Amino acid sequence: MPNVVILVATRKGAWFFHGDAARQAWRADGPHFLGQIIHHLVADPRQPGVLLAATSTGHLGPALMRSGDFGRTWQEAKRPPAFDKVPEGDQAAGKGRVVNHTFWLTPGHASQPGTWWAGTSPHGLFRSADGGDTWEPCRGLNDDPQYREWMGGPQDGTPDGPKLHSVIVDPRDPDHLYIGMSSGGVHESVDGGRSWQPLIDGLAVVEDFDPTKVWFHDPHCVRLCPGNPDRLYQQNHCGIYRLDRPGTRWERIGDHMPRDVGDIGFPMVVHPTDPDTAWVFPMDGSMVWPRVALEGRPAAFVTRDGGRSWQRQDQGFPASQAWWTVKRQAMTCDGRDPAGLYLGTTSGELWASSDEGGRWTCIARHLPEIYAVETALA
Amino acid sequence: MKVLIPSPLLSYTRVREVQAEGATLGGLLADLDRQYPGIRFRMVDEQDSIRPHMRIFVNGDQVMDLRHPLGAGDAVQIIQALSGG
Repeated sequence: MPNVVILVATRKGAWFFHGDAARQAWRADGPHFLGQIIHHLVADPRQPGVLLAATSTGHLGPALMRSGDFGRTWQEAKRPPAFDKVPEGDQAAGKGRVVNHTFWLTPGHASQPGTWWAGTSPHGLFRSADGGDTWEPCRGLNDDPQYREWMGGPQDGTPDGPKLHSVIVDPRDPDHLYIGMSSGGVHESVDGGRSWQPLIDGLAVVEDFDPTKVWFHDPHCVRLCPGNPDRLYQQNHCGIYRLDRPGTRWERIGDHMPRDVGDIGFPMVVHPTDPDTAWVFPMDGSMVWPRVALEGRPAAFVTRDGGRSWQRQDQGFPASQAWWTVKRQAMTCDGRDPAGLYLGTTSGELWASSDEGGRWTCIARHLPEIYAVETALA
Repeated sequence: MKVLIPSPLLSYTRVREVQAEGATLGGLLADLDRQYPGIRFRMVDEQDSIRPHMRIFVNGDQVMDLRHPLGAGDAVQIIQALSGG
């Protein structure tokens, strides 16, 4: 049986950590792309050995790299995600949009080998049908006038730009898609991305703004449960939510978190088989929003009952003075039983649990700022 | 004509100095991309603007317009204005 490999994307390169069969010993392999910003590094579950990496540098334009041999060699995509060029002389359109970087990569449906989806900064959705070599804009979203309004401008996103993320493909239907936009809300398509509808009922927004206005919504991370594709979990800027389809109203399950912890954070992790089990990593959302571990005491929280109750998981973590931030792509699980959990901090530490969060072990320290953590089998 | 390549783009050309042709700067960059696929998009965005931090000099003068005419004897130097950490 192949072993778990942790794919770590950082601000200065990528690393692989190869686990043994027990997921107790890990061998570092890296850096790959030293000095390059790796926004997301994702394995193709449909094709062993295939990896896609969304890269950029601080100065050059973005690139998308593909490997067919698990990172031994890489090929640059011929046509990476890019917006359509505004026609010459089209003054009304102004300067067209420019992809700063690809932020999110999602393998397509199992029935569509070679299909990938990409979310970019600023907001854009792109699709590849050839294994990530060439990409086409999803014009039904990117160019829709209503969506252009909801996407807002550069000032409406995260400090390093608006981001389209959480591209989700329903495992039962390749045409059924979800996306999240920070800022810009959660949206659904049932026709393969040609048209979209907001899915924001029940979600809170900051201060006293009108929650019916789509542009106020800031989902941080949305996940679909493999064990029940009708169930979604979401870590939002304003709370933790669950949505059971065909319902359309999100329930704030973060209300059941301990009051002194709250329900602010970035990542959302769902169990590979049990739709009642999910994890979050709460951050301090007080005053100026420090977005670090509360009181310097890192902890994951797990629910085993769909969000009706939450339990703290901090065995192995530092008990004090650990002011971690864990970004939205930097916490994940593997598909084993029991599930392994993995998280990376902006201070360059990689942590793992082989017992669903019961006990945590530090795998690596002193890496660059960790942007994303994914798993693969090899 | 002679084109000097900055170190961040040596992964494409492998050498610091290459030869490329074009009646305009845009034509020259297209020829570079033909020889070294992908190099143009790292320097020029999808709206045909030279990216921030990229600087292109022709015979020592900075050029921002891809329509700038070039002659056979011109020397082109591509620079990356590195900043940050």
